[in-house]
Amino acid sequence: MLRFQFIGTVKLGIKSLLLHKLRSVLTMLGIIFGVCSVIAMLAIGEGASYEAQERIKKLGSNNIIINSIKPAEESGQTASTRGFQIDYGLTYRDGARLQAIPGALRVLPMRIIRENVRFSRNEVPCQVIGTLPFYPAVVGMDVVRGRFLCEMDELHENNVCVVTAGLAQRLFPYQDPLQHAVKIAEFYYRVVGIVRETGTAEQRPQTGQMEGEPLDNNVYIPLSTSRVRFGEVLMKRAAGSFSAEKVELHRITVQMEGMSAVETADPQIKQVLNRFHDRNDYETVVPLELLRQAEATKRSFNMVLGSIAAISLLVGGIGIMNIMLASVTERTREIGIRRALGAKKRDIITQFLVETVVLSIGGGLIGVTVGVVIPFLITAFTGRITIVTAYSIALAFGISGAVGIVFGLYPARAAADLDPIEALRHE
Amino acid sequence: MTASALQPNAMIQTVGLEKTYVLGAENIVRALRGVDLAVTQGSYVAIMGPSGSGKSTMLNLLGCLDRPSGGSYFLGAEDVSQMDDDALSEVRGRRIGFIFQSYNLIAQLTVLENIQVPLVYQGVDLRDYEERCQELARLVGLDDRLDHRPNQLSGGQQQRVAVARSLVNDPLIILADEPTGNLDSKTGREVLDLIDRLNRGGKTIVLVTHDDHVAERAHRVIHMKDGRIDREVVNRPVPETPEATFHHE
Ligand SMILES: Nc1ncnc2c1ncn2[C@@H]1O[C@H](COP(=O)(O)OP(=O)(O)OP(=O)(O)O)[C@@H](O)[C@H]1O
Ligand SMILES: [Mg+2]
Repeated sequence: MLRFQFIGTVKLGIKSLLLHKLRSVLTMLGIIFGVCSVIAMLAIGEGASYEAQERIKKLGSNNIIINSIKPAEESGQTASTRGFQIDYGLTYRDGARLQAIPGALRVLPMRIIRENVRFSRNEVPCQVIGTLPFYPAVVGMDVVRGRFLCEMDELHENNVCVVTAGLAQRLFPYQDPLQHAVKIAEFYYRVVGIVRETGTAEQRPQTGQMEGEPLDNNVYIPLSTSRVRFGEVLMKRAAGSFSAEKVELHRITVQMEGMSAVETADPQIKQVLNRFHDRNDYETVVPLELLRQAEATKRSFNMVLGSIAAISLLVGGIGIMNIMLASVTERTREIGIRRALGAKKRDIITQFLVETVVLSIGGGLIGVTVGVVIPFLITAFTGRITIVTAYSIALAFGISGAVGIVFGLYPARAAADLDPIEALRHE
Repeated sequence: MTASALQPNAMIQTVGLEKTYVLGAENIVRALRGVDLAVTQGSYVAIMGPSGSGKSTMLNLLGCLDRPSGGSYFLGAEDVSQMDDDALSEVRGRRIGFIFQSYNLIAQLTVLENIQVPLVYQGVDLRDYEERCQELARLVGLDDRLDHRPNQLSGGQQQRVAVARSLVNDPLIILADEPTGNLDSKTGREVLDLIDRLNRGGKTIVLVTHDDHVAERAHRVIHMKDGRIDREVVNRPVPETPEATFHHE
C-alpha cells in the first residue's frame, strides 16, 4: 500500500520537474558544476601527485642521493678565466667514508659524463655513467637482454657498456646491439646488455632537480673504465673559451637498510662530508622526504579542493532551496487542495523532498558524467596523467544527495505546515 | 454532552460547536457561537444565511479542514474534534468529498489525474481504479475529455470534474460550498441535478448556498445568523433507507 503511494509521489515529483524543464536544469547547474569540479579537480590532483610520487619512487625510497655541485662563487670566475681548472665535488674517499654510516647497505659511486655515443652513422647525445656492478640493485632496473656490468669488467677496466632500451633502438634500428660496439669519444665499447629502468619505460627525460639521470639515452660503463678513458679532469668548451673541472665522482647513492634508517642517516651523512668539504660543493636529495612533502602538498591541495567543492555545492544547495521556496509559494493552492483531499503532512513533505532530491541527484549524475569526461579529455589533449578515483565519485555524489535533502527539508516542511484552509484560499 | 446523548442514526452531529478567530488582543471574531446540528444518513441539507454568518466556517469544520475552538463534532461515532492532523487527513481522504465554489482543480493535471488525486493518498494501485474513474467521468459526462487540462474546460465542466473527484473514494458525505456560485443558472442546474442524483444514490449532502432555488432541492434548510442556527425549514422528509445507522468499521 505504501509502495504505490511512494511510487505515486516520486512520479509526481518528477512530473512537476519536467513541467518546468528550463527551471529544473538551471537549478541543477549549481550541483552539476559542484560535482563535476570536485571529480575533475581531484582527478587532476591525484594524477599530478601520482606522477610526482612515481618520479620520486624511481629514485628509491630507501636511498639518499648525494650530487656534486659546482660551488657558487667559482662558477662566475670560470667564465672569465681561460684555462682555469676547478677542483670540486665528491671523491672516492667520500664513498669509503660513507660506508661507515650506520644502516648503510651499499654505497654506489657514479661518474656521469655527457658525451655523444655513435654507431655507424647514428649519433645520440647521452649520459655516460661509470658505475659499479651492483647499480641495478640500488636503482630499480630490469636487464632486458644480455647482462649488466660485472666485477671482471671493473677489475680489468674493460671497454664494455650496457645501454638503455630506448638508446639501443635509436642507435641500432636494424642491427642486434649485442653483436656490435658503440663509439664514445675516442674509444669503442662492446655492448653487453640492454636495460630498462623499472616502471618508467615510456617516460620522456625531463629537466628537473629531483630528476636523477634522464631515463633514456644512458650508457653504463665500468667505473674504472670511466676513470681511465675520460680521466679525472674533464674539459668543457663553451663559446670559444674552455674550462676544466676535476670531479672524481658526480654522484654517490647511499642505499639504506630501511625507511627509518633514511631519516637518521641524512644528518649523519652531512656531518661526515662536511668535515672534508669546506665549500658547499655537494647536495643531498632524500627521495623519502620528497615523497612526504609531495604527500603533504597533496593533502593541502585536497583541502583547498574540498573547500572549493563545498562552497560550490553550498551555493548549489541554496539555489535549490530558493527555487523550492518559490515553488511552495507558487503551489500553495495545490498544497491546500491535496491536503483537503486526504494528503498528510508527510505526503506533502515527501512530494517536495522528492523534487529536491531528484534535482540534486540528477545534477549529481550529470556532474559525475561531465566530471569523468573532463579528466579523460585533459589526458587525451595534454598527456597529463589524471586519475578518477571511485571515492571522489562517491564523495561528490553523496554530498549532492545530502545537499538535496538538507536544503529541500526546509521548503518541504514549510509546505506541509501550511494551514489547509489558508492554503485553499490562497490566490 | 456524552456519547449516549447522541442521536442514534446521525451521520454528522455537532454539539455546541464554536470557532473563534483571535486576530489580536482586542480583536476576536466569534465565527461560530455554539452550533448544534445533526444530519442523518442519506439526507440533503442546505445551509443558508447572510454573508459572514459562519456558513463556510461551519462547512470547514464539518469537512475536518479546521478544528473547532469549542464543542464537539461526531462523524459517525468518532469524536473528530480530538483527532490529530494525520487522522483528520485520513478522515478527509476516506469519508468526505469536497466540492468548492472555485472548483479547486490542480491546473497541471489532466481531468483523469485530477479525479485520481484522492486515490493517490489512499495508497492504492491506480491501475486497479481506472475503470471506476472512467465510470465517474461518464457519470458527469466528461468521459471524452479525460486527458484535457482544467484550463481547456468550461466552468461547468470543471465543477463536474470536481464532483467526480469528490466521489472517487466513495465518501459518506459530500460537502459543497456554493458549488454553483461561479456558474450560470443552466450549468448550475446541471451540477445540482448531478448532486440530486448522488443523494438519491444514498450520499449524505451538506450544501451552502445563497440561492433559494438551490435550497429548494434539499430535505432541510438551515438558516444561520451571527454564528448560530437561526431557524430550520423542512422541505421534505428524508426517505427511509434500509440501513439508517452509520456503522464504523
Ligand atoms: N481565517 C479567518 N480569520 C479571521 N476571521 C475569519 C476567518 N475566516 C472567517 N472569519 C470570519 O468569520 C466570520 C464567518 O465567516 P464565513 O466565511 O464562515 O462566512 P460565510 O457565511 O461563509 O460568508 P459568505 O456567505 O460571504 O461566504 C466572518 O466574520 C469572517 O470575517
Ligand atoms: Mg462562505
